[in-house]
Amino acid sequence: MRAKQLVLCAMAAATLGMGILAVPAAAEEGIYVPLLTYRTGPFAGSGIPIANGMHDYLTMLNERDGGIGGAKLIIEECETGYDTKKGVECYEQIKSKHPVVVNPYSTGITLQLIPKAAVDKIPILSMAYGLSASADGNTFPWIFNPPATYWDGLSMIFKYIGDKEGGLDKLKGKTIGYIFFDGGYGREPIPLLEQFAKDYGFTAKQYPVPAAEMQNQSGLWLNVRRDRPAWMIMWGWGAMNPTAIKEAAKINYPLDHFIGVWWSGSDDDARPAGHDGKGYLALNLNGLGASYPAIQEIMKYVVDKGKSQVDSKDRVGENFYDRGVYNSVLVAEAIRNAQHITGKKEVTGEDVRRGFEALKISEARWKELGLPDFAAPIDKVSCSDHNGHHSAYMQQWDGTKWVKVSDWIAPMKDKVRPLLEEAAKDYVAKNQPWPARTEPCDKSS
Amino acid sequence: MLYREVGQYKTTYEADHAIFPLLQDRIGIAVILAIAFLFVPFTASDFVVNSMLIPILIFALAAIGLNLLTGYAGLISLGTGGFMGVGAYGCYKLATAFPQVNILVPILLSGFFSAAVGVVFGLPSLRIKGFYLAVATLASQFFLSWCFVRVPWLVNYNVSGAIEVPTRTFFGIPITGPNATATTRYLVVLAVVVAMTWLASNLVHGRIGRMWMAVRDMDIAAELIGIRLYRTKLLAFAVSSFYAGVAGAMLVFLWLGASEADSFDINASFLVLFMVIIGGLGSLLGSYLGSVLILGLPIVLRTLPGSLGVPLNSATVEHLQFMIVGALIILFLIVEPNGLARLWQIGKQKLRVWPFPY
Amino acid sequence: MDLLYQIFIDPFVQMGTAPDLLVQTLWEGLVGGVLYSLIALGFVLIFKASGVFNFAQGIMVVFAAMSLVSLYGLGIPAFVALALTFAIMLALAWGVERLVLRPLVNQPDIILFMATFGLTYFLIGFGELVFGGEPKVMIADQLFLPRGAYDIKMLGGFVSLQKIDIAATVIASLMVAALAVFFQKTRIGRALRAVADSHRAALSVGISLEQIWVIVWFAAGIVAIVTGIMWGARSQVEFSLQIIALKALPVLILGGFTSIPGAIVGGVIIGVGEKLGEFYWGPLLGSGIESWLAYMIALAFLLFRPQGLFGEKIIERV
Repeated sequence: MRAKQLVLCAMAAATLGMGILAVPAAAEEGIYVPLLTYRTGPFAGSGIPIANGMHDYLTMLNERDGGIGGAKLIIEECETGYDTKKGVECYEQIKSKHPVVVNPYSTGITLQLIPKAAVDKIPILSMAYGLSASADGNTFPWIFNPPATYWDGLSMIFKYIGDKEGGLDKLKGKTIGYIFFDGGYGREPIPLLEQFAKDYGFTAKQYPVPAAEMQNQSGLWLNVRRDRPAWMIMWGWGAMNPTAIKEAAKINYPLDHFIGVWWSGSDDDARPAGHDGKGYLALNLNGLGASYPAIQEIMKYVVDKGKSQVDSKDRVGENFYDRGVYNSVLVAEAIRNAQHITGKKEVTGEDVRRGFEALKISEARWKELGLPDFAAPIDKVSCSDHNGHHSAYMQQWDGTKWVKVSDWIAPMKDKVRPLLEEAAKDYVAKNQPWPARTEPCDKSS
Repeated sequence: MLYREVGQYKTTYEADHAIFPLLQDRIGIAVILAIAFLFVPFTASDFVVNSMLIPILIFALAAIGLNLLTGYAGLISLGTGGFMGVGAYGCYKLATAFPQVNILVPILLSGFFSAAVGVVFGLPSLRIKGFYLAVATLASQFFLSWCFVRVPWLVNYNVSGAIEVPTRTFFGIPITGPNATATTRYLVVLAVVVAMTWLASNLVHGRIGRMWMAVRDMDIAAELIGIRLYRTKLLAFAVSSFYAGVAGAMLVFLWLGASEADSFDINASFLVLFMVIIGGLGSLLGSYLGSVLILGLPIVLRTLPGSLGVPLNSATVEHLQFMIVGALIILFLIVEPNGLARLWQIGKQKLRVWPFPY
Repeated sequence: MDLLYQIFIDPFVQMGTAPDLLVQTLWEGLVGGVLYSLIALGFVLIFKASGVFNFAQGIMVVFAAMSLVSLYGLGIPAFVALALTFAIMLALAWGVERLVLRPLVNQPDIILFMATFGLTYFLIGFGELVFGGEPKVMIADQLFLPRGAYDIKMLGGFVSLQKIDIAATVIASLMVAALAVFFQKTRIGRALRAVADSHRAALSVGISLEQIWVIVWFAAGIVAIVTGIMWGARSQVEFSLQIIALKALPVLILGGFTSIPGAIVGGVIIGVGEKLGEFYWGPLLGSGIESWLAYMIALAFLLFRPQGLFGEKIIERV
C-alpha cells in the first residue's frame, strides 16, 4: 500500500509539473491554419466527414502546389468534441501561434469567439453557421459567414415550397411544421419563420428536440401526425437527423414534403432510413460526388498516399466531405487574396481578413480550381456584407444517394437583410461598449 | 524535522480551534497565497492562465459547494450544473438590468438566486436518501437546462439563445468582456475564490458544519440529539447552491465570455462530482486538488504528444485521453478511496515524524 | 380560465375525439417504456448482486452494438458476429470484475459508483479508438428483424404498429421471463439472490463472489446487446446513444433499484406517462418536455414511496 501511494504521489506531482511545462510546440515556417474539428463526442457523425474534407483539401494544396503562393500551410487539428469549453481551450492554445483564420465549426464556439476576434486580430470563418447577424461587416469586421445565413436558408426553402404549391399565397390556412435542435442553432430561424407565417397566413408549429432526446423522437412525431402539417422543415444536427427521417417515414409522412437545412443533409443522415427515406429533401450549398478534378487530385495526392483520415475511399465525395472541401476552398482563396493584396508571402490574420472581404469566386474561378459548378459563384461578399447571401439548391435522397433536384435558389434578400441589420444592432446594444469598426475598406471591394 | 509542532503551545480555546493551528501551515498558506497573487500573474503565459488557472479556480469553487453538500452534509447531488446555470443566468439578468452597478455585485448576488432554487429542489431530500436522492436531483438538472433553453426572458430575447458578456470595468480596468486581460480576470477570480473558501472553512469548522456532519453520519441520530433535520438539510442545499451559483456566474463572466445552455448540462454536474470524489469528500483542500487533477490532466495529456513530438492526430489523442482519464479515476479510487486530500494528510503525517518512522 | 380549459379539459376532449391517436400514443409509450426497462434491467441486475450503481450500462449498450456492427463489417456472418459479441461482453465482464470490482470490494457505494464513471470514460475512449466515431447502421435485416408496419384501421383512423417495435416488445418480455426463471429456478440464480441478500452470509456458505459478479456483469452485457440492437435499429448506432441510459434512471428510482418487476412496471409507467404528457400537455409548454417529465413523474411517486414502487422497505435504526 505504501509503495502504491508513493507512486500515486509521484504521478500527481508529475502531472502538475508537466502541466506547467507543457508549452505549445514551437511554430515552424509557413501559414498556420488551425482547424477546430470534432471526431469524438455525440456529434462526431456529422463532424468527421467535414473534418476530413477540410483537412484533405488543404493537405492536397501542400502536396500539389507546395502550399499557397509558395508559402507552406501548417495544418493542425484541435479536437473540440463540439464542446464549447474545449473549443475555447483550443482557441487559447492556437492563439499564440498566430493563426490566419479560425474555423470553429460550432455555433456555440463561434459565439464565444466573436468578441475576442477583434481584440486578437484573428478573422473567424463560420461557413453558413454561427451568428446570422455577423453578416453585417460594419459591425463585425472580423467575422465571416459566407455563403448564406440560416435566414437565407429558410427563405430558400420557402421559395421552393412556393414553387411546388404554385405560389406562396397558396399557403394560407395551412400548417407548416418546424422541427429543430433545441439550442441556439435551431432557434435562430424562428423569428423569420414567424414573420413568414404572418406574411403568408399559415400556422407555424414548432417541434423542438432537446439534445438528450435526439434519438427518442416518437412522441414528437405523434404530434406531427395529429397536426398534419403540409410541409415539415428541419434544422437538425448529429444523431437527430437520421432519427427524424426514420420517424417521419414511420408515421407515413410524405417525405417529399420534408425539407432539411444544409446541415441536415449528410449521407449518414439519410442512409440509416435507406429506401424508407426516399424522397427526403435537403438544401445543399456544394456539389456532390468525387468526380470533380480537384477531388480526384485529393484522391491522388492525399488519400492514395495514406495522408487522409478517411476510413474508406468511397466516403470521399460524400456531401459533408465536399462541404469540408468547400470550407477549405474559402480559406485558401482568402489567403490567396491576402497574398495578392499585400504582396507578402507569409500573410497574417489582418491580411487574411482583407482577403476575405475581397472574396470572389466566379464560375470561371471555380472551374480553374478544379471544381466546375461545385457551388454558386461567390460574388457578393464585400466590406459591409460578410455573407453575400448566395444561392443553394435542393437535393433529394433516392434511397441510396443524394440527387440534385432543383436549380440554384436565391434567398429572399429583401426579407432577410432588414432582419439581419436589426439583429446586428440589437447585438451591439446588448454588448455596450461594442468597438466601432476601425478597419478601412479596401478599394477593390 | 521542518514540520514539528513541538513547542507550539496553545493557551486559549481560540488558538486551539484555529483553522491552521501549526505555524508551519500558516507560513505555507501565506507563501501559496503570495505566489498566487504576486508571482503567477507576472510569469504565467496567457494560455496557462486562461485555459488552466481560471477554470481550475472556478470549478474548485463549484466543487467546494458540492463538497459542503455531499462531503459534509452527506446529500448526493447531480444538479450542480443546473445551479451553476441559475447563477450565470441570474447574473446576466442583473448585469444587463443594472449596467451601472459594479459587476462584482451581480456576480455575488446571483448566488442568492441559485440558493433559492437549490432550496426548492432540495425539498425531496427530506424524504429520500442516497442514490434515490441523486437521481431525484437529476430532475432539477434537466428541468433547469430546459428552462435555460426555453425561457427567452432569461437571455433577454436574444435570437441566438446565448448570453453574451458585456465589457464592464472596475476602477477603470476592464474585468469582463473581450478587453479584459487574462491576468486581471485571474486576479478577480482568485480573490473571490479565496474569500469564499475562507468563508466555507469557517462555516464547516463552526456549529453549522458540525450539524451537517452529524446529519451525514446518521440523520436519525442527529435528529434525536436535537438537530432539526429539514433546516439543516435545506441550509446545506442553500449554501451549496450559493457557491455553485457564484461559480457559474464567474464561469460565464470571467472565463467563457459567452455561453449557451449546454455549458450547464449534466456533464458539468458530473465533472464537479468527479472533482469532489477524487479530491476527497469532506475536505476543502480536496476540492482544489480534484479540480486541478480533473481539469489539468486532460490538458496535459492533450499537449503532451505535441510537445514531445509524437505524431498523433488530434482525434486519437482525444480517445487516448478519455481512456487514460477513465483508467486513472479507477486507479485513484483503488489506491486511495478517500481522495487526494487523504494522500496529502498521510504525507503530512510522514513529514511530522521524519526522519524517524515513529 | 382558458388555460384551465387547456390543462384539464381539452386533452381529454382530444382523447375522445381521436381515439386512434390515443391508442397510438399508448402503444408508443408502451414500446418506449419497454426499451427503457431493458436498460433499467441492466442496472438492476448489477445493483442487486453487487450493490454497484453501474453508470457504465449506457456505454455498454453502445459498445455491444458497435462490436456487433463492426464485426459484421469485417465480413463475418451476422450470427457469428452476434456470438462473438457475446464473447466480447463476457470478456468485458471478466475484466471489470478483475480490474475494477475486486480491488474495490467493501468500499462505500459512492466510490463504486465513481469507478463505473471511470469505466464509462475508458470505454468511450477505447470504443471510439477501435470503432471510430462515425455512426453505423444496425444490421437489423441480417438478424432477421422485421421491418415495415401493420397499419390497422380502427376507431375511425388508423394505428400503425411497427414490426420492429413488436419484435422489441416480444424479445424484451422473453428476456425478462428468462431472467426471472434463471433467478428463481437455477442454482446460480439462487446463489445470486443469496449474494444480493448478504455478501457475508453468501461467502460463509461457500458462494464465490467473484464468480457471481462475472455472471451478473455478463447478464447485464447480454441485456446491453439486446438493448443496443433494438435502439440501434430504431435510429442508428453511434456513441451519443449512451445518453439514453439517463432515461433509465427515473425508471430505476420509480421501480426501485433492486426489483426486476419494478424495472418493467416502472418502465411502462414512465414510457406511457411521458408520451401522454408530451402529446397532450407538451404543446402548452412548447413541446419537447420529455427530457425532464420522466424525472418529475418518478419524483412524484418517490415522495410517497421513498424506496420506489417495489424497492425493499428501508428500515433505519440508530
